[in-house]
Amino acid sequence: MSEWLIEAEDLTKVYLMGEIEVHALRGVSLRIAPGEVISIMGPSGSGKSTLMNIIGCLDRPTNGTYHLKGQLIYDLSDDQLAEIRNRMVGFVFQTFNLLGRQTALTNVELPMRYAGVTNGRRKRAIEALKAVGLGDRIRHRPNELSGGEQQRVAIARSLVNNPAIILADEPTGNLDSKSGEEVMNILLGLNEKHGTTLVFVTHDPEIAVHTQRVIMLKDGREVG
Amino acid sequence: MELWQNILEALDSLMSNKVRSGLTVLGIVIGVGSVIAMLAIGTGAQNTITGSISDIGTNLLFVMRGSVSEELRNPKPLTLGDAQAIEDPFAAPSVVGVAPMIQGTVEVGYAGESSFTQGIGVTVDYQSVRNVDLLEGEFISDVHMLGRSAVAILGPDVAEALFGRVEGVVGETFRIEGQPFRVIGVKSPEGGSGFQNPDDQVLIPMTTAQTRLLRRSRDAVDVILVQALSAESVTSANEEIAAVLRARHRTPIGEDDFTILTQEDFLETARSITNVLTIFLGGIAGISLLVGGIGIMNIMLVSVTERTREIGLRKAVGARKRDIMLQFLTESALLSMIGGLIGIALGWGLSQMVGAIAAASDADLYPAIGLDAVLLATLFSTAVGLFFGLYPAKRAADLEPVEALRYE
Ligand SMILES: Nc1ncnc2c1ncn2[C@@H]1O[C@H](COP(=O)(O)OP(=O)(O)O)[C@@H](O)[C@H]1O
Ligand SMILES: [Mg+2]
Repeated sequence: MSEWLIEAEDLTKVYLMGEIEVHALRGVSLRIAPGEVISIMGPSGSGKSTLMNIIGCLDRPTNGTYHLKGQLIYDLSDDQLAEIRNRMVGFVFQTFNLLGRQTALTNVELPMRYAGVTNGRRKRAIEALKAVGLGDRIRHRPNELSGGEQQRVAIARSLVNNPAIILADEPTGNLDSKSGEEVMNILLGLNEKHGTTLVFVTHDPEIAVHTQRVIMLKDGREVG
Repeated sequence: MELWQNILEALDSLMSNKVRSGLTVLGIVIGVGSVIAMLAIGTGAQNTITGSISDIGTNLLFVMRGSVSEELRNPKPLTLGDAQAIEDPFAAPSVVGVAPMIQGTVEVGYAGESSFTQGIGVTVDYQSVRNVDLLEGEFISDVHMLGRSAVAILGPDVAEALFGRVEGVVGETFRIEGQPFRVIGVKSPEGGSGFQNPDDQVLIPMTTAQTRLLRRSRDAVDVILVQALSAESVTSANEEIAAVLRARHRTPIGEDDFTILTQEDFLETARSITNVLTIFLGGIAGISLLVGGIGIMNIMLVSVTERTREIGLRKAVGARKRDIMLQFLTESALLSMIGGLIGIALGWGLSQMVGAIAAASDADLYPAIGLDAVLLATLFSTAVGLFFGLYPAKRAADLEPVEALRYE
């Protein structure tokens, strides 16, 4: 078994927009070791999100091979991909993506429900919320929380199943600088405490300075 | 994913759109409601009809002139002679009682007031054959028959109409078609409805009726009531009576000029009417459930589109296809089931209203909702929700997670 958490070779992704082919990725290779903190940077439309979605098993590459924790992610059914996402990957999105009618607590419980966790589910969710500093907000709904707090709920949700990797697509993009900093500190803290691998997608150099390695994308290719 | 959690979430989602959910299930509510109401009223009506038929006695046969199936050129009338022949224990051993009747509408009057009622000429045996109970007085006797006496037994409704009371009227004199009659008895109320109301009748001796009120040619009678030995011997009594009458009327085989109806025939007719009603109601139910189901499918498709991002997120955190399917199916089934339950309540309310109106107008109608109807309605409406929710749920489950998350 290889020591890499993530091993991607020559990934390409082509979207079909009617007749037109959109080459979102044109052959990207990358390796990420467990516990690494990296950022993927590049101008808008350069393929950052596309790459992140493939790493997170949310999408399939058109070509190329991808190993996650030594497992070849190829020819898996939608449900098998769902299970991998559920157990190994945590997502943090720019727009938080919380379920609006549910409380912070039930939002955080969601990944555990799909994992079939029943024992201690509530307790684990509360602990995750405490870990992001929201122990006193567990019954709040998203519209009763500030943007920074909502993103912290999303982080709690992403870490609650103890994933090997957390993928954050522009996590501070919708936040003021102070909340953004808090969110970054929480994520980096997770890496320090639990060795969680972090991949940030960003075009904010402020974020990139916190990471050990930067991958620059341009027009679907790695540059620099 | 636990079902309970799913149900709570589905309820939450339905409640967050109360007006829309309400409008969506309206079709199911109205469909189930009207079917439940009509079934309840239909059952009530059937109970009343079969009840009033059975009240007359299960071992009775009705012999009438003519044929229901064929056009006969010259049907012979039934006569008192026919009745006597049927009474012959050697010719018809299954028969224990025979009561010929002639009947017609008559005008009755007392103290200047008059009204119309049914007058029936009967023989002494009518009392035992028809099981007549008297509130007071005595039934028509042989003496009355021989003397062609001007005496009458009143139904309680007639007594009430004439004298304003049902007791203490024996001995009073009133008029039938202008002729004075003396009251010798009052019948116990039977609770009437259906074709003939037995409480709204006047019984007089057959001989009196023939000569003075309801004239008939040559001893002709309208109906011969026959009492069979038991409910089991009704069939053999039927055959014996037919044999006697064929011999007496000299009719060719297969061209009977009389008709014998048993209680079973009446019940059969009542049942077939109810069956037609049931099929009809089933059709209405089917159409309304279909329309309601399409409404649910429509709104679920809208809901899936609206919640595309939510579905994408759920998939991102690990929801499998079946999890999403289950989520939306729970919602549509629940929506439809709630519609069904409201419909049942509505139907119950409607049928109670009809029952109350019927009671206020003195009709015997007790709407009855069976547990089977309730269970069936619940089951059916839930099944409709499941069926019509299937396509939207599949659409949701098949969404690509990335596309769904990008959806604006
Ligand atoms: N689902 C899609 N269908 C068609 N084109 C897409 C789709 N997703 C992304 N693209 C295109 O692929 C390119 C890369 O997109 P993306 O990875 O989102 O870029 P970034 O995240 O770096 O802004 C863009 O040109 C975008 O328009
Ligand atoms: Mg992007």
